Amino acid sequence: MNRTMEKLLKKPITATIVSIILGFIVAALILTAAGYNPLEAFGALLRGTMGRPKYVANVLIKGTPIIITGLSIAFAYKMGLFNIGAEGQYIVGSIAATIVGILCDFPPAIQIPLIIIAGMAAGALYGGIAGYLKARFGINEVITTIMLNWIALYLCNFISQIAPFYKTGTTGTYAINESGFTVLFSKWKTSEAAADFIAGHPLIGDMMRTDFNIGIFVAVLLAVGITFFLNYTAKGYELRAVGFNKEGAEFAGISVKKNIIHTMLIAGALAGLAAALNITGINPHNISHLAMFEQNGMNGIAVAFIAGGSPIGCIFSGLLFGGLLYGGQSIQYEVGAPSEIINIMIGTIVFFVALTKILPTLAEYLAKRGETNA
Amino acid sequence: MLNTLSLLIGITLMYSTPFVFGALGGVISERSGVMNIGIEGMMTVGAFIGAMTGYYTESPLYGVISAALVGGLIAALHAMAAITFKADQTISGCAVNLLGPGLALFFCRLAFDGATMSMPVENKIPKIFGNKVTGLLANLNVSVITIVALAAAVGMWFLLYRTKWGLRICAVGEQPAAADTLGINVYKTRYICVIVSGMLAGIAGASITLDVMAQFTPTAVAGQGFIALAAVIFGKWKPMGAYFACLIFGFAQALTVVLGGGSVAIPSALLAMLPYVLTIVILILFVGKSVAPKADGIAYEKGKR
Repeated sequence: MNRTMEKLLKKPITATIVSIILGFIVAALILTAAGYNPLEAFGALLRGTMGRPKYVANVLIKGTPIIITGLSIAFAYKMGLFNIGAEGQYIVGSIAATIVGILCDFPPAIQIPLIIIAGMAAGALYGGIAGYLKARFGINEVITTIMLNWIALYLCNFISQIAPFYKTGTTGTYAINESGFTVLFSKWKTSEAAADFIAGHPLIGDMMRTDFNIGIFVAVLLAVGITFFLNYTAKGYELRAVGFNKEGAEFAGISVKKNIIHTMLIAGALAGLAAALNITGINPHNISHLAMFEQNGMNGIAVAFIAGGSPIGCIFSGLLFGGLLYGGQSIQYEVGAPSEIINIMIGTIVFFVALTKILPTLAEYLAKRGETNA
Repeated sequence: MLNTLSLLIGITLMYSTPFVFGALGGVISERSGVMNIGIEGMMTVGAFIGAMTGYYTESPLYGVISAALVGGLIAALHAMAAITFKADQTISGCAVNLLGPGLALFFCRLAFDGATMSMPVENKIPKIFGNKVTGLLANLNVSVITIVALAAAVGMWFLLYRTKWGLRICAVGEQPAAADTLGINVYKTRYICVIVSGMLAGIAGASITLDVMAQFTPTAVAGQGFIALAAVIFGKWKPMGAYFACLIFGFAQALTVVLGGGSVAIPSALLAMLPYVLTIVILILFVGKSVAPKADGIAYEKGKR
């Protein structure tokens, strides 16, 4: 009995599931204290995420960018770097993707890769700055990336208000040229043949009413790719070695500085990719004036932590967050409780993820007690 | 010229006040060995509680006090995670940053009829020269809390470097095991420091909503907590160092305000980048060997060497 308990408590997934359950319990307590029925609220949340195929598609859409920024953060964390800058890298990625998408107009086979490469390059460069400053001057990447986030935000506000990008009468730029859209069946959807199909196939048809795009497939492939890269390539081994023990890695002939820069380049490219996929995949296909961060990077932090730093785990925690963020709106519509309860829930879950480090210790304690009793 | 200069000084002091409280919070916590990147979240909660209490009681003093108490409460959660549960302090700090705005906006909607903004606070924190001065004095007429911020920085310097408690705090942050063998209660010291850190962060938030803005809005606290963290590092984990770092950040913000109103045609978005670009430049030029307290961010386990 104790042995199974011990094994169970030592599994990382146990800690995650316990945290999520506790997050819901705390949210329920707060809702009750504020005079709302938590069961109704969670019912609304469930209906808002899974009630219709359209909602499921929107959860996937909402989850895609934070899965990828989550991957960016989880990847850097493996190297002992904390990439708070995913937010800024995401923003510069979306700026570059929009600029290229507006200025160029090639056939989709060239246009789409071009936009995506532009977004990734901008993000990589931006992450690389933080990496370089850390490697060269020893400046903490947490501080530089926070500053770079703000610079990116204002850069976005600058670019979105100048010619030739600014669209008069709006707060943003023009949309990118249609050849860069990655929305699945975007042209076909509006044709007459499609109307019949959508009416005849409730499941897929309903999903077609959204901006369902290639993003989620890319995200899953990335998660698998990164897992492979980290575990089965020499470079991935180097990166993990540096994250595990800097001095040891240096002694073994691995350049710590070079790997810091490489890590931040890759982490930045990932965040930029998330942005480019959103620009090509989701209406309104442009950037606009930002009063505040959109939280794509910050939510990525939560995604990465809840996944325990596992790239594959990011897919699931990203979808969980996508569901909470998208479905959370229904709590406000249906029950009237402030939708911010979702943010409280997310914060609580991350908090408990931090706390549940105690579980393996608890397991050891149980094991010891078992030995003395035996 | 003199007018612009005095305006610049006045605005610098006003903007730097929240940074100072936030940064002092960071200093005390990290000096005791607990990393606190949750300052931003604690500030957001403090900003809301300050504005709400200030609005309903019409007393800015109650506003500041309640913000400090609630900030301390949130910090106690972080302390529990970091000290008792030996959690990853980055993760738990991030959790506070996610939690803070969520709590503030949730309760703001409950307290102010579903709005994410509070009503404007009638009674702001009083100014040092009262409300009737004009001219140069009006430019320099900072609020009382700005002076309190300076006093707090000096006070913390005195505490850390001139009292036995300060020596103990530093010992706990540098060599917890050695401090423990000398009979200093490492856990208790850290708990107190982290809670004080949260109280200071709460005051920092209240100084925004009861002085700078006189209202809580979703963007009232937008990055000030992170700038405060930068000031901690830039100030080399020293109270007065952090204080002057905050003045520089405040100055950069004041510069954008003063330049923005001037005749020079710089797009406001580019001007707004200035404080952040300046921070990075300053870090490159000066920070060099900024070394954190030795045990910063590492949970202390009794008997572990």
